[in-house]
Formats: sequence, structure tokens, C-alpha cells
Amino acid sequence: MRLTIPEHEIMTPGHLACQGCGGALAMRYMLKVFGKDTMLSIPACCWAVIDGPFPYTSLNVPVFHTAFETAAIMASGIKAGLMVQGKDTTNVVAWAGDGGTFDIGIQAISGAAERNDDVTYIVYDNEAYMNTGIQRSSATPHGAWTTTTPVKHYKKGPKKNMAEIMAAHRIPYTATASVGYPEDFCKKLERAKNTKGFKFIHVLAPCPTGWKSDPRFTIKLAKLAVQTNYFPLYEIIDGIHYKQTVKVKERKPLKEYLKYQGRFKHLPEDQVQFLQDFVDENYELLRMKLE
Amino acid sequence: MKKTMMGNYAASWGAQLARVQVIAAYPITPQTLIVEKLSDIVADGELDAKFIKVESEHSAMAACIGASATGARAYTATSAQGLALMHEMLHWAGLARLPIVMANVNRAMAPGWSIWADQNDSLSQRDTGWMQIYASSAQEILDSTLIGYKVSEKVLLPTLISFDAFFLSHTMEVVDMPDIELVDKYLPPYKPDYKLDVNDPRSFGALTDEQYYYEFRYMMQKAMDEAVDIIKEAGKEYEKITGRLYDLIHPYRCEDADMILVTSGTIADTTNVAVDELRAEGKKVGNLRIRVIRPYPKKEILEVVKGVKKLAVIDRNISPGYSGIFSQELKSALYNEVDIPARSYIAGLGGRDVKIEDIKDIANDALKNDATNDLIWKGVKI
Repeated sequence: MRLTIPEHEIMTPGHLACQGCGGALAMRYMLKVFGKDTMLSIPACCWAVIDGPFPYTSLNVPVFHTAFETAAIMASGIKAGLMVQGKDTTNVVAWAGDGGTFDIGIQAISGAAERNDDVTYIVYDNEAYMNTGIQRSSATPHGAWTTTTPVKHYKKGPKKNMAEIMAAHRIPYTATASVGYPEDFCKKLERAKNTKGFKFIHVLAPCPTGWKSDPRFTIKLAKLAVQTNYFPLYEIIDGIHYKQTVKVKERKPLKEYLKYQGRFKHLPEDQVQFLQDFVDENYELLRMKLE
Repeated sequence: MKKTMMGNYAASWGAQLARVQVIAAYPITPQTLIVEKLSDIVADGELDAKFIKVESEHSAMAACIGASATGARAYTATSAQGLALMHEMLHWAGLARLPIVMANVNRAMAPGWSIWADQNDSLSQRDTGWMQIYASSAQEILDSTLIGYKVSEKVLLPTLISFDAFFLSHTMEVVDMPDIELVDKYLPPYKPDYKLDVNDPRSFGALTDEQYYYEFRYMMQKAMDEAVDIIKEAGKEYEKITGRLYDLIHPYRCEDADMILVTSGTIADTTNVAVDELRAEGKKVGNLRIRVIRPYPKKEILEVVKGVKKLAVIDRNISPGYSGIFSQELKSALYNEVDIPARSYIAGLGGRDVKIEDIKDIANDALKNDATNDLIWKGVKI
């Protein structure tokens, strides 16, 4: 059997992530694929803490911690600085949470994407501002509890479709990924690494702390999100060529995914159905674009 | 080589002569000519640099920070609202101790929309850890860019070079461009001890608890303290190659003065003319131009003003609720040191012209009034 996930480790075990953190796992895979010739731009997000406090780091590659809304442009600035010094081969990765991507960072991402700066932007999406204590972001799904969308007025309205926004920039590579499908994630990382221009990977990273789920269910949830079509896995080349990379023969009911998460437990049946319909519609929209 | 050029182009040429490697900029009137020219220079291959045409000033500063952290020489230029939008990243550049140099065309903050001269934009950024220079000629803009990198790369603090909108940015002056061979000797390539390097992986700006943060601030202050002498040395070294001397303060006819006017920016140049005329009338008046406000040259200022009977400060800026900012700075420097009565004037906000006559009015008002006054509005119409 051929191993599709590199065996070597770059990230060290001394990081500060919570038990069952999807974001920590995502970083581990990313560094396995990207290797030592990589630099990171990390804005305010869980990873600003997970990396470890000064003077420690758990990452073993150069990291520049930056302001919330600047992950993309910081990566662009680093890349420009390296290129002008002849260090063209170094991979520069912006590594941000959903708040820093879907909300406060979207302007700088759009700018870097439009210029097609040669960097890889990876959002590890845990669907809320988890580092500050579980406040809603525009990546929070309809129906979810957060501390700013408490049960009596839970989040209404859909999650922003970031992959579509990025594809509309006609960037060379856009992909969704899940830590529940590491082979698929690693293949996409490899493709991003070998593509010139702006690359965007949206990886779903379950958060037991914010999702009110059991840490042992992180992988289960990351798989169920895909198997229910809540988070389909696909890639988009040049913003137009859509390819589903993990096919789901028979989608499971969304309930299967929701039931392991305390953040949805207040949802009445009609709202579960509303969310189910939304997921199905979204998938149908995607299906029409698949080649 | 001497050329006639606008102040803005003097900034562009300064950046070119400094061989900046990464430029990131966003357009704002009256800064646009600076980066348009640089865009040409880079496109023509006259400067080996990457120019990132960013989508905001916030991103312009962030890109400069990223580039500087890799060891590249980074440059940008902005004005007013643009500088205000950068505010968060100005702190970032300062605390990350990155030697970025930036030109800022001093323009009034909105509303109402104004594109004219006013120092409130840059003085609002006083506490971000940037060294701040206020230029009074196009020549000084070019020269300060080169001296700025020299000093910044030594003390690891960024430099902001401010100059008045239109009075300098769009006014043609004769500018002497130093030979690139001389500049290269004066300003060798930037070689930081620590940078983003895959062969020496480090984490920059990580979570820092109170065991360390306090000392970071202390070290930053130490660097500012040291910068005073380093600015002087860099100025003297620059004089050797160009014959032009720059210091933190530029006194004019202050040696035997009874009263000294304290000024900055283009008002300072006009004040020199006013001083000559007042002297011709037998009034013993001098002009002390504050060129660098951070680090604050307290000792140097005291040396100049210590024997004087009276001071009059002219501010093209105001801290609403108190007074002009150069005035506040001066008085805090005098306190506990010397007892000299001072009168503080506001003039020229939003680009209102400050003429020789206006400055003579201010001087005459200060000469005949012995009472101190923190806030006198010169020429206010209501």
C-alpha cells in the first residue's frame, strides 16, 4: 500500500490546542505536505495561542504573528520580500480561522486573490470565534448556538460561501477539505503547493469546545459533515472547473451530524428541516457546476 | 545632479536612491505622485523592487511589515485618512522593531473633506513607536529618506517623514540628487540579525505575557533614547557626502534672541523670513524648527532656549480639549528645567495659508504680551 500522507512530522506535540482540536490536526497535515521550506502568517485566531507563548513555538517553521485582518497581505508582503532576495521557492502560507477569513480579513484576501499573489491561504473553519470564547462569525451555520447567538436568538441565516467567493476571483486553485479525510486534504495541499498564484483551501475543523461535542468525535464529525453533504469536498481550478473529490453515494440525514453537537440541541424539528433543505439546495447548486 | 521637482518626487527619488526592495502603496491625494513615479521607476527596471498595489493603506503597512521581517528594505507613502487606517499596523511595525521608512503628506483629517496641509494626521500617530521627521523643503524629503533608513536600520525603529500637503508635496523646488555611488556607501544593504529564515525558524510576535512584554517596551524606549545621537551621527555622515547637515532641531538666529518662535514643517521656512524682517526692525527674535519630534530632542532644545526671555509656539495641529501638540511637548520639556513664559498659537489648520505677515503678527503679539497663554487662535473668523 502506498502511503498518501507523509510520515515525517514538523509540528511538535508541545502545542497548546484543546483536546480533539480539528485546527491542530489541520496544521499537522499542512506542515507534513508543505515541509520545512515554508513560512507562516498567522493572524489573531486559536493558532495565535496554540503555537505557544514567547519564547516558544511548536511549529518548527518561521512564523509571523500578525493582526486579525492581515493574514493574506502579510503573506503577500513576506513573499515579495523573499522574491526580491531570490528566495522564490519558499512556500508562504496564510493560516487563519474563520473569523479572520470570512469576516475581518476578507478585504485583504480579496486583494491578494485579485493580484494573484503567489501564496496559499488556508482557513481552518471551526464556525465561530472560538479563541475569544465562541462568538458567532459569518461562518457560523444557521441554527447554531454561540455566546452571541444564545438559544433564545440562535444564529439565523446561512453561512457565507467562502469557496464560491474565492472562485469568483478566478484564482488558480480553490478547494474544500476536512480533517476527517486526510488523504484528500493532503492531495489538495500538494496541488496547492505545486500551483503558482493564489491558492485557497477551506478546511472544516471541528471544535469540541465550541461545538459542545465530545473530543473523541472530532473525526466522526469531520466525516459526517461530508457524508451529509453539509460540507462537500471539491476543488475548483481557475474558478470554473469544479470537481468533487470525495463522492457521497447516499447522503446521510443532517440529523446524524447535528446530534453529536450541543450547539444544535435546542433546534426544533422545523428548523432542523430548514437546515436540511438548505444543505440540499446548496449541494444541488454545487452539483450543477460539477464537471 | 540638480533637478527641479515637486516635493512628492523628491520622496520617490529618495526611495529609489535608497534602493528599496518592496513598495506597497494605496493612492490618496496628495500622496499619489510619489507612488506613481515609483511605479514607473520599478516598471522601467530602474529599481530592482517588488511593487504591491494593495487594496488599502492598512494592507500597505502590513505588506511592508511582512517584507521587512524577511530582511527586505520596505517603503510606502500615504496621507491623512490613509495614515489613520494604518494605525494598528503602525504599532505593529514599531513593536516588531522593523526599520520601515514611510512618507506622509500632512493633510487635514475629514470631515469635512480636506486635502490641504495640517499635521493632525501624523501627530495622532505620535505614540506608535515611529521616529517622526517634519521636513521643510523638497531637498529635505529626499535626504531624510536616506538618513531615515540609515538610522532606522541601526536602532530598529521605523521612520515617518511628514511634509505639508501642496506647500511641499506639489511645489517645485531645486533638489540636488546625490550620486548613487555615494549613497550606496552611506547606506549599505540591510542585514538584520534576526529575520524570517527557513534555516533558523523562529516565531515572531507570539503571545507574550507580562514576564516579557514590559521589557519589550523598555527596550523600545532605550532604542529611542539611543536614536537621538544616532540621528546626529547619521546627519553628520550625510553632510560629508552632500554638504547638507541635518539635526533633530534647526535653530535660526537664536544665539542672541530675546524671544524664540518654535515651529515645524513649511511654517518654519516662512518663519525664517519673518525673523529676518523682525530683526531688520530691531526685534531680537529667533526661530527654532523642530525637525524630529520622536525621539524628542529635549536636551538639545533646552540648550537653545535656556537663556531666552520668552517663547512663542506655532502649531498647525491641535489636540482638541487642550492645545497645539508641539506646544505641549515643548512645555513638558521645560518643566522642572527652566522657567520661560510661553505663548502658544494655532495657525493654518486645513491648509489655511500662514503668511510672513501672520508670523510677524504672532511674534509682535508675543513680544508685547508677558502673560502666558496655552491657546491663541491666529486669524479665527468667529
